[in-house]
Parts: sequence; structure tokens; C-alpha cells
Amino acid sequence: MKSRRIKVDCLARVEGEGALYVKIKDNTVVDIKFKIFEPPRFFEAFLRGRTYNEAPDITARICGICPIAYQMSSVHAMEDAFGVTVDGQLRALRRLIYCGEWIESHVLHVYMLHAPDFLGYPDAIQMAKDHPDIVQRGLQLKKTGNDLVALLGGREIHPINVRVGGFYKVPTRQELAPVAEKLKWARDAALETVRWTATLHFPDFEQDYEFVALRHPEEYPFNEGRLVSNKGLDISVHDYDNYFIEEHVQHSNALHSVHKGRGSYFVGPLARYNLNFDKLSPLAQETARSVGLSHVCRNPFQSIIIRSVEVLYACDEALRIIEQYEKPDKPALEIQPRVSTGYGCTEAPRGILYHRYRIDDEGVILDAKIVPPTSQNQKTIENDLWQFIPQHIKLPNDQLTLQCEQAIRNYDPCISCATHFLKLKIERE
Amino acid sequence: MEKNSPQSHQGHKEIPKHEIQNEYPILIVGIGNTYRSDDAVGLCVAQHLKRQTFDCVNVIEESGDGAALMDSWKDSDAIILMDAVHSGAQPGTIHRFDVHTQTIPTKFFHYSTHAFGVAEAIELARALKQLPQNLIVYGIEGKSFEAGIGLSLEVEKAVEEVMMRVKQDILNCSPRKYTEYH
Repeated sequence: MKSRRIKVDCLARVEGEGALYVKIKDNTVVDIKFKIFEPPRFFEAFLRGRTYNEAPDITARICGICPIAYQMSSVHAMEDAFGVTVDGQLRALRRLIYCGEWIESHVLHVYMLHAPDFLGYPDAIQMAKDHPDIVQRGLQLKKTGNDLVALLGGREIHPINVRVGGFYKVPTRQELAPVAEKLKWARDAALETVRWTATLHFPDFEQDYEFVALRHPEEYPFNEGRLVSNKGLDISVHDYDNYFIEEHVQHSNALHSVHKGRGSYFVGPLARYNLNFDKLSPLAQETARSVGLSHVCRNPFQSIIIRSVEVLYACDEALRIIEQYEKPDKPALEIQPRVSTGYGCTEAPRGILYHRYRIDDEGVILDAKIVPPTSQNQKTIENDLWQFIPQHIKLPNDQLTLQCEQAIRNYDPCISCATHFLKLKIERE
Repeated sequence: MEKNSPQSHQGHKEIPKHEIQNEYPILIVGIGNTYRSDDAVGLCVAQHLKRQTFDCVNVIEESGDGAALMDSWKDSDAIILMDAVHSGAQPGTIHRFDVHTQTIPTKFFHYSTHAFGVAEAIELARALKQLPQNLIVYGIEGKSFEAGIGLSLEVEKAVEEVMMRVKQDILNCSPRKYTEYH
């Protein structure tokens, strides 16, 4: 019997650190473990005893890449608990700041983390030596997203201007004007990004996934909607816990989320796109079609194009919001805490982010539950590798390792949300 | 210019003196995550330095997003970064890099939540020929990067030493313009 083992101690270019272990015997995969080392639920415990209005800023510290997502899911959950609906221009501003986060997060992944895989570079630094103009475009495009988040969030990293009920301070039309000019350039750059990513070479790889995303009757989803899937799921966010459970997996300290009775599911740009193509702006739809995408894309390797389409949409949507913006009279609605449980689910760049809080009559958090998108995709990532590795099993160890890393990066796994570090280990014996 | 720089009394190279053009020609950046134990040390040093006022010096805190870092140093002549590192040295060890003469080992700053972090930003800026005129990086060896608040004792002890050395760098950079108010 011939067996081999591949060891990769560190998976680069995913956010954080975790580990992947693959064991192959006689050219057959016998074991795959995608490990996450999660200091168990530190933030959920940390939130207990804090007041409701601290949740947005505390949870924003879970991830440096998608703090807005954490702020949005927490404020929606709190407003749900207290029976408050934020609408009009305050609601529009929330979409606007989310546009900024999608732009910065997606562009970082497309240009700096994922593109080097397709172009055969070990990292963006090497890629920049041969393609400085492309990398410069990525940096400038990302900066537009950062600028938008900084303007509305008070600062780029760990924004502090979001609160339950709205914002602490809202911008004037004049304050939004300079960023609108940058967004016009960014929209063109995003269009170029879609065209560029569509020219990359993609492995032929598809599975029968259950895609899960928010769906809203009138818009491409950021903050609100029902949870739907391509396999018939259509539920209120309030029912999340009845349909999705977190299972403890022995090899990982993080919890694997599964759809009860069905198993793994797929969240993120591909899921959003497949379930909401008709809600993209005409420009985003047209551009997607022009590069050969249909309204459904099942190849996770092509997520780099879909992310680019979402960047284009975010630029387009941000410009639309700014054009129609009128400064609201008050930056936030009044909040009156009450004994309740609140639920919030918004579309983080990497997929749905679920928050649930139980609050007492003084607004103190009694317990909190947070399910980040990466822990929801974890089982799907493992399943992909079970399918993908046998197709490439004859490759030498180093090449197979790179291919596995690329397959994991399809999901832009933000391990810093699920845990701090991701160490990738692949073993062939 | 770097090669002819004088050595400071601490044995490391001074930031070369140069014409000051910007409002805040010296930028100090503390990097880290408050909720990851020793990962917060860069922020901690920055917060201490903020309490003192320096002419020509801007002190900011960042989470370590490489692209944001590259952007933040565009308008300054001299940059001093401070971040926690994990290289296997004794906790509390202070590493100092002059970026123009040393390559930053990417694994050194691995304990960041960012795949595109401090080391990547520096090396990408080098590849794109966008390194600032002067860039000094302090890496403070961490002990624990677990979720939690507060520095370990060994790392806490290093904070004051890093502050002193950063202040010396500021002096070396711009002796006439440097003023500290207590």
C-alpha cells in the first residue's frame, strides 16, 4: 500500500489562521479536517452584562475587515428587540456605509489575496512587480471604500459613528460630494475589474450547493430581507435558530453551522448573486452578462468575478443613494429598552451574519449569539475539498497544496471572525 | 542617504534629518487589536504617546489593514510603526527594523487578523517604489494572543522602553522642531 502526506503549516492569504489536514492513501483521500482554533465564544461571554448600546462598538472589534457588518447586525437585532424601525434617509445611510465595506473588503480579496492564485504568483507583492498598474488600481479602488466608511463611520478602521437607532452624526450633502466624485472613478475601475477577472482561468468545478442569502422585495440585500435558499428555504430572520444549528466538531474549536436535516450550506457573494441577480442594478447585470456570466454561477472559483460584480453594484448603489440624499432632521431615533429578544441578520461581505440578543428592562444584555459567515461556510469548504482533491490527486504535493489553498480562498474565509488564526496543514502519507 | 546616517547612542541608525514639508512630518502608528491580549501593545504605546504633545508629530491607531497603512503614511516624511510580533524570542523583546535597509519577514507580524498586514504593506510599497522616505518598525514580542483584554507582565514592561526609543527617534528626526509638553 502506498500512502502520502502533505503538510502545509501555514495557509497564506486568508484572513487569520487555522489549519487544514489532508491524508491520502493509494491516491484516495481518506481524511480531511478543516480546523479552526476558536477561543470559545469570547465575545458572546464578554457582551453579557453590557448595555445594548455598547454592542455595535464591541462586536465591531471582532473583525478589522468587516466591522460595519457587525455593527449593522447588532443594531438591527437591538431595534428588533425594542420595536423600532429605522427608515428613510437613515436607512439609506446604512446601505451607503455597507457599500463602503463591501468595496474595501471585496477589493482586498480580489486583488491582494485571490488574484495571485490565478496568475501564478505566491503573493500580491510578487504580482505587483509584474503588474504594478493592476495592483495600483486595486489599492485605489479599495481606498474609495475606506473613504466612504471613514466619512460615515467616523474613521476607517473600527468605525464609531453607528448607533442603535441610527448614527451619532449624519453628513450633509456637501460632505458627501467629494466621495461621490471618487465613486464615479471607482465605478469605472470596478467595471474594468469585472472584465479583468473574467479573463482568468477557472477550474471546471461545481457542486449541488444550497445557497442561502437574504432576499428583499425591492433591493439587492444588505441589511434586511427574508432568508431564502435555492432549495426552498424562505424564512424570517426570527426563525434562524429553528432552521440552522451549530454543531461542535471534534477537530475544530469553532462550531460548524448546518441547515437542520440538510447539512452544509453556502453563504456569501455567490449565494447573494444567485438568489438576487434580478435586484442588481442594470449596469451590474449588463456587465455580468457581457463577460459571459448567466444569472446563476455555481463555480466557487468564479467567486472572484462575482465579488467584482458586487463591487460594481456597490459603487453604483452608493452613487444612487448620494444623489437622492437629503440630510435627516435627527441622526437617530429614540430608543426605549424593554425586556425582549432581538434578532438581526445582515449581509457581511462574506455572507450572512446573524446576531441574537436577550435584553432586560434596563437594556442590559443577558445573553448573545453571533454566527459569522465563515463558520457557516466551513462545512462547505470541507466538502469542496473532498470533491476537489480527488480530481487533482496526481499533482505533486506542492502544487496540490497550492490548489487546495486556492479552493479555500474561494470563500474569502475570515478566520478572524471565527477565530484569530488560520493555520493550514495538508498532509499526504 | 540611509547609508551615511549616523549611529545613535543606542546603536541603531537615526532617522535622517531632512527638510520638513508636511503639517505632521512624523507619523506614529500603533497597530493591534484591543481584544487580543498582547496584540494590543502597539495601541497601548500609541495611547501613552498621545497623552504627550509633540510638535510635528501625529499619533494614530490602526488595526493593521495593510492598504489603509500604505495610505496613512502617504502624507508624512517619517513613519514609526509599532506592532506586536511573534518570532520565538523572549516575550517583551523589542525588535527594531529600518525598512530601507531590512526586509520585513512576513511571518514576524503573523499575529494579525489581516492577511494583508504590516509586513505585506511594507513589502508591497517597496515593490511599487512607494516606501516613505523614512520608515522604522518596532515589533514587540508578545506572549499571549488569546481573546482577552490586558497585556502580559513581560510585554507591559516593554511599553516604557519602546516609548523612550520612539521619542529618541523623534528627536533624531527633527531636533529643532521637537517639543514635549508635560
